[in-house]
Amino acid sequence: MKKVSVAPAALAQPTPSELALSGYWTALGTGALDRKTLEALRLPARAGLVVDGSGVAALDTVGARVLQNLVARLRGEGHSVEMRGWSERNVKLLALAEKHAVPAPPRVPEQGLFERVGRKTLEIGGHSIELLGFVGEAAAALAAGIARPSRIRWKPILFNIRTAGFDALPIVGLLSFLLGFVVAYQAGTQLRKYGADIFVADLVGLSMLREFAPLMTAIIVAGRSGSAYAAQIGTMSVTEEIDAMRTIGIVPMELLVLPKIIALVIALPLLTFFADVMGVYGGMIMASAQSGMSHGAFLERVTASVSATSFMLGIGKAPVFAGIIAVVGCFQGLRTRGGADAVGRQTTRSVVQSIFLVIVADSLFSVLFSLLDL
Amino acid sequence: MAIEAAVRKDKEAREPVIEVNNVATRFGEHIVHEDVDLTVLRGEIFALVGGSGSGKSTLLREMILLHTPDAGSIRIFGVDVAGLEEREAGELRPRFGVMFQQGGLFGSLTVCENVGLPLREHTSLDDETIDEIAAMKIALTGLGPEAAALFPSELSGGMLKRAALARALSLDPELLFLDEPTAGLDPVSAAGVDELVLNLRETYGLTVVMITHDLDLLWQVADRVAVLGEGRVQAVGSMKELSRDTHPAVRQFFEGPRGQGAAARAGEPD
Repeated sequence: MKKVSVAPAALAQPTPSELALSGYWTALGTGALDRKTLEALRLPARAGLVVDGSGVAALDTVGARVLQNLVARLRGEGHSVEMRGWSERNVKLLALAEKHAVPAPPRVPEQGLFERVGRKTLEIGGHSIELLGFVGEAAAALAAGIARPSRIRWKPILFNIRTAGFDALPIVGLLSFLLGFVVAYQAGTQLRKYGADIFVADLVGLSMLREFAPLMTAIIVAGRSGSAYAAQIGTMSVTEEIDAMRTIGIVPMELLVLPKIIALVIALPLLTFFADVMGVYGGMIMASAQSGMSHGAFLERVTASVSATSFMLGIGKAPVFAGIIAVVGCFQGLRTRGGADAVGRQTTRSVVQSIFLVIVADSLFSVLFSLLDL
Repeated sequence: MAIEAAVRKDKEAREPVIEVNNVATRFGEHIVHEDVDLTVLRGEIFALVGGSGSGKSTLLREMILLHTPDAGSIRIFGVDVAGLEEREAGELRPRFGVMFQQGGLFGSLTVCENVGLPLREHTSLDDETIDEIAAMKIALTGLGPEAAALFPSELSGGMLKRAALARALSLDPELLFLDEPTAGLDPVSAAGVDELVLNLRETYGLTVVMITHDLDLLWQVADRVAVLGEGRVQAVGSMKELSRDTHPAVRQFFEGPRGQGAAARAGEPD
């Protein structure tokens, strides 16, 4: 292969008042001459200097810029500078570089700690208000949809139930099974010390049905579907698809947001129920392996200890979690402005925020249930 | 002296920068190029035209090492790009600049950082100098200094094209590829691009390869134009020569009010 040999730009000083340039004064060749080398030049004070360009092998605008900077500095220090031995083309390039000498844009100063904290606080406050506004809008659209059911778009609802619900069955099932398995193992080793192995069933049943299954399912769905909602709607807003939709007369809220909320509110409780079953099944397998408890005995204990109320409380949380996940995902998606990196940022934000809000909601439920003695 | 320089210039001017020989490209069953031959000489402004789906963009992607043709060879600066090793390709890439149709500017960087990025990657210049060079390139393409601190998402279409061009020129390449440089621009900005391309050739001695549908740009700027169609180059020549060509694929470009209007503006009665 023909290789380009680039001799680095060099600067010699044959006499104190003369600078002889040589080598490639190009983008790739001028690297050797950084600001420090140039600043270290020792020159007689206020003398007439000659800059000789006859040895320069090649010049481009990058080299011209570096050279013009040097000349400008020397002139600023009170030297008179004469250019000698430059070809016609190089003179043109130097003139070009001089003409377009623009100061670099100022670098944005780094914000102090307090400023950053303050700005972030204001930003979060602003987001929360916007999110509330969005919840209101979605509720209004839902109310309008209930008033005129013909306006509700059933096809995307069914599609979303499949992608967010049915397609999530394997991962939700597997993780719940493992969770039940682990809970039973940990509980079993502790309870055996007191000879209370049989209570493993109570523990697995109650903890899975009331807490673990709804929370686990919500977190998986937030990571799986909430992020997809944000990325899909976010990309659509970046590529002006949302604007196009508005112009055609389709309300994005009706086509994009409501079907997702409705679908998830239907799918998440069903998934939670599936997670309940798989979790208890995992516990049952572990109990029989660890302490030889028969499946029949395990299930009998579960039905005896877990009331219908406990089951309903667990399932009842799911629609609330579903609402949080779908609303946050769609909201973050619609807020996307800019380009590809904005889509990524909003997607991350939607997952973090929805998981955070799901856990906050779960703890509020716990407080509420204990106040109500459920 | 003067004669020697002129001879040398002439010799330099005749040196081919890009040689495309018998290139064939297929996407599955779909044949894009059957047999494409092209030569681009140093210092010329070469335009590729052709209807939608005639494989202009694919040919451009093959020239800039983003796609490998199924058959035939492409030589850039005398280097066969087929089966080039990553290290060799790495040496070739800084020698050409590409301005993509949508700009291809990085959304997370300001215009100034975008333009400075190739310099940061390939040179050991200090940050301050790089910022100054970037600001100069931005000014060269006709953007105001206030644009340097903006993000690509804050630019208008015309500004975006100029910023993309500034980045393509960042390393002072010998060869510049422009994909639809005037598409989506208002007539005033488009005329600015005509002038800019000519100016660049004048000052840098650049070789320019562009894809365009802009007849004014073709008449005002292009030295030679290649018309692609049915998987081959149907005709190559200056606009003047092509306007006399009788090939139907070529005629399409010159007939109709737009073609004639552009010819009239260029002072070429059809």
